Amino acid sequence: MLITQLKDRETLDSLAAGKVFIVNCHGCKEVRFPEEEAKALQKEWLEADKVTGILTTDYICNPENMKLRLERRRAMIDEADAVIVFSCGVGVQTVSEYLEGKKVYAGCDTYPLPGYQGVTPLDVDCDQCGECYLNLTGGICPITACSKSLVNGQCGGAKNGHCEVDPNMECGWERIQRRLTQVGRLDALKCPVQVRNFATDLDLKQE
Amino acid sequence: MKITEKFDRGEFVVTAEVGPPKGIHIEHVLEEAKEYLSNITAVNVTDNQSSVMRLGSLAVCKALKDEGLNPIFQMTCRDRNRMALESDLLSAGMFGIDNILCLTGDHTKLGDHPGAKPVFDLDSVSLLHTVKCLEEGHDLAGNELVGEPPKFAKGAVVSPCSDSIDAQLAKMERKVMAGADYFQTQAVFEPEKFIAFMEKAKQFGKPVQLGIIIPKNVGMCKYMNANVAGVHVPDEMLDELRADKEKTKAGITGVEIAARIIKACKPYCQGVHIMAMGWESKVPSLLEQAGL
Repeated sequence: MLITQLKDRETLDSLAAGKVFIVNCHGCKEVRFPEEEAKALQKEWLEADKVTGILTTDYICNPENMKLRLERRRAMIDEADAVIVFSCGVGVQTVSEYLEGKKVYAGCDTYPLPGYQGVTPLDVDCDQCGECYLNLTGGICPITACSKSLVNGQCGGAKNGHCEVDPNMECGWERIQRRLTQVGRLDALKCPVQVRNFATDLDLKQE
Repeated sequence: MKITEKFDRGEFVVTAEVGPPKGIHIEHVLEEAKEYLSNITAVNVTDNQSSVMRLGSLAVCKALKDEGLNPIFQMTCRDRNRMALESDLLSAGMFGIDNILCLTGDHTKLGDHPGAKPVFDLDSVSLLHTVKCLEEGHDLAGNELVGEPPKFAKGAVVSPCSDSIDAQLAKMERKVMAGADYFQTQAVFEPEKFIAFMEKAKQFGKPVQLGIIIPKNVGMCKYMNANVAGVHVPDEMLDELRADKEKTKAGITGVEIAARIIKACKPYCQGVHIMAMGWESKVPSLLEQAGL
């Protein structure tokens, strides 16, 4: 079971500085989504004329399903400066992979809860770290795409673009570097030093 | 003595490194260091290099210091969480070891304990940040230290001949931001690539030491070309090593190549760091040939 929580309001407003297209995932039954809070926030953004369109659906982690739905809304997406996805980390990565070249941001952090884990067709993974890094890394998760789960950039171990641990795996930070270049967000690499918080207790984490 | 004092005076800084043995007898390491490395600025001590378990870096640093050498304590983030790293930094401070080099570290899967848990609680950047916190008198969690805090010359590494230069420069910038005072590079065999890298890296305004490995033979170079990230020994150098087997075996060819690389790169950097890998005895002749 996972639980998603909205990021803090200041962060969310900074992500919605320009026009945004919104994707809401009302999830599989294994994910608890903050539906009411998200709706209230999006209503405010709609009133402020920030929103080019809203897509609310389930299982956005299914890439085939998602491609069709996003294609149908291509004009609204093109009109937006960024796409904000309210879902678990898998959903954000699925959308960001399909909308290459578009700024795709996570509106939520994903936390683990004991119990049954969702079974969905996945090309990407979410570690439910509770401090989603996707907004700093172009929508590619450094926790799951890097063998060392590094959050401050590439180590010295990539050879010909591949990971020192698994030569069949592309270096996650090379992918991040390329994506940030593509979407014009290289400034994200100048963010403050990131230190992970491994506390799993929700209250402790939010301190 | 902090090696940054020499950089600040504009001196060209020479360092080398030794690897602790897999055992508790270090007489040989100390003798070699005293005989061949006592005229250089400082000696790095590697930390479970290549993810192979060995005697501790901090213990060997202390032993070198007791012998009158100036050690650089290498720390990787592979084997210790933030508490153990901070604690070892304080231990180093207590011993008067004031040069450190912060690395992320190779993955455990590459070494002799492939089943060990890879820690990576911190990484090279957040470790530098942690050192800065201690220097400011508090730990990473914000708790105050008792008494005068330790001060270190904080080193970091960069890979100038990597095939992902943009990602390396971005990481280097983050290390500078986190508090790095100086850099040592991965081994360089392509001076033109190093010079091009330095053109971009000089904007950060931090001293950079050229990394040098003395090429021992063709097999070693081919191994590095296939397996070591950011290292490429060009074909002409391989031919040179092949040409006269006896000369190569005696180390003369390797020293000639290394001296040539140092001479070509010297105008563009602030020092040289020699990873002799068992050929510590060649370091004095290398420095002489390179005019250092």
